[in-house]
Amino acid sequence: MSELVAVPVLLPLAAAGLSMAFGRFADVQRLLGLLVLGVIVVDAAVLLYFADVHGPLVLHLGGWAAPVGIALVADRLAALLLLISVIVMFAVLLYSIGQRITDYGRGTASTTFHPIYLVLCSGVSLAYLTGDLFNLFVAFEIMLASSYVLINRRTTASRVRAGMTYTIVSLSSSVLFLTMIGLVYAATGTVNLADLALEMGQLPPAPVRALALLMVIVFGVKSAMVPLHFWLPDSYPNAPAPITAILAALLTKVGIYAMIRTQILVFEREPSWPLMLTLAMATMIVGALGALAQNDLNRMLSFLLVSHIGFMLFGLGVYDIAGLTGVILYIVHHITVQATLFLVSGLITRYTGTVALSRMGGLAKISPLVAVLFAVPALSLAGVPPFSGFVAKLALLRSGIGVGTVWGYVATGVVVLTSLLTLYAVARVWSRAFWGQVRDPEGDPDPTDELVVGTGDTSPGMVRATGVLVLSTVLVAALAGPLAEVSRRAATDLITGEAYRTAVLGGDSGG
Amino acid sequence: MNTVNLTMAIVLGGLYATGFYLLLQRSLMRVLLGIVILGHGANLLLQLAGGSQAGRPPMLGDAPIERMADPLPQAMALTAIVITFALTTFLLALAYRAWQLLGHDEVQDDVEDRRIRRLEAELAEADEETERELDSEATR
Repeated sequence: MSELVAVPVLLPLAAAGLSMAFGRFADVQRLLGLLVLGVIVVDAAVLLYFADVHGPLVLHLGGWAAPVGIALVADRLAALLLLISVIVMFAVLLYSIGQRITDYGRGTASTTFHPIYLVLCSGVSLAYLTGDLFNLFVAFEIMLASSYVLINRRTTASRVRAGMTYTIVSLSSSVLFLTMIGLVYAATGTVNLADLALEMGQLPPAPVRALALLMVIVFGVKSAMVPLHFWLPDSYPNAPAPITAILAALLTKVGIYAMIRTQILVFEREPSWPLMLTLAMATMIVGALGALAQNDLNRMLSFLLVSHIGFMLFGLGVYDIAGLTGVILYIVHHITVQATLFLVSGLITRYTGTVALSRMGGLAKISPLVAVLFAVPALSLAGVPPFSGFVAKLALLRSGIGVGTVWGYVATGVVVLTSLLTLYAVARVWSRAFWGQVRDPEGDPDPTDELVVGTGDTSPGMVRATGVLVLSTVLVAALAGPLAEVSRRAATDLITGEAYRTAVLGGDSGG
Repeated sequence: MNTVNLTMAIVLGGLYATGFYLLLQRSLMRVLLGIVILGHGANLLLQLAGGSQAGRPPMLGDAPIERMADPLPQAMALTAIVITFALTTFLLALAYRAWQLLGHDEVQDDVEDRRIRRLEAELAEADEETERELDSEATR
């Protein structure tokens, strides 16, 4: 049973090699990618079911017991986020296949895209499942290395700089990560997350606090926490729509996941964490105001992404079961919604030939379908009932009020304010792009660049893939009850940490 | 076990300081060298984390267990070296591509910075114009 935990990590890696070998057969490559992701969706669902019913599934790699060897752990939180991430990866792959066929015809395939995409999937899965700090570093490197390739693929003069910024910032944060691991090992003599929790308790408070802060900084860069967010709006909008969608949806969320996992499992803290609440408020406000200042649709969405990272940090700052339940719900909601919005933005630029909001207009008349596909995730992002964002935000707001301190109330106020600013930002897009005079699409200024295409061609595949994602955001809202229950149980697991520790260290592998 | 070799600590500090200094430069080549040096620093730190006393190679049956060196940091450093090596190669290729496309390797100004500067220039121009108008009115 516990072998299933390794499938999401190993299968895509093996398939990536195979996909490379089939580089000349476009259809085989596409089928292989979809098949592998489909299998992992099923696997993740099974993992979630088992973790929920029987407790965490643990696989000790190479048969080495926990504190020495590397353990892969699928508890409720990891399995839930893995499931939602792979579903989004599947839909985005459908979209990018559709886009490829529209642009270049059925016969040609890009030799690199599919293998790299599968490697990215492997890295994301490993980051969710690993129970070892150094292995987490390796997972991040797998994930980031494939994202470097995806962002810098077919780069043109105007975009090469943005890719460089992204690569260099990520590399520096990786070096910091490595430094952090060195210091953690020097202080405790272990890198196993479950074991670390025990060892940290025996250290004097000063070094523990320093290590906790170092972890906040390392994962803060990865998850675009203000003031470490500056790289994100400069780099993500410079990639083709499906790539931006997948990076924006997953990479920052994996950073948040790593932050939650390490902070809560390893360090002991009383409920409500003022530092994190402050950082969360700064992130929300800076992101939202940044979004309002943008004319470029993709840059605006990137700033909104930064601002909504703040919501997740807010839940972590509340630091109790209610807050963490909110965070988990919010991550699930945000992964689907953010990916959808970037895909829709890809569709929009197809019709308008530009990303500048000031040069769009009348889209609702040109394509009512795209208008609907935009409206649902946009309203959901702003937290309008009955969409998924409302459920998640409500959980966060209630937990914020539950804190009871002045700082807690202030932070809750900022959450409400940021939601309103988000609503204003998406309403601005709506009134500029979808209403008003119908404009002729602008010509493609640089035909060699994949980025801006004013062709108006969208294949049914692209629209359908976006539709699947929009449906899944609606589904997240429809399933809010059971989802909230699972999230609450996952949050309880996180706070107590007992189930995780006994599963990893307790000899019995649970499978 | 927990005493740190002073020489190593100084070397580490020097590597990190040099690395971060180079990282703040405008030329991409220097930034790249900065990352390489920072990577060396981090790997050395991992070695240092394993304890400063010299030990026997960690082979079973070769030495009593208490005299063996800690193998875990060495394994970690080895993995980290491979990763930094691969990414340095990638970054070099990227820097070469940038040089091919743009003909130089200076890091560009931030997009928002450029927008703000443009706005500032426009505002200053507008100010000058109104001042000139006021001047001309005054002389009239």
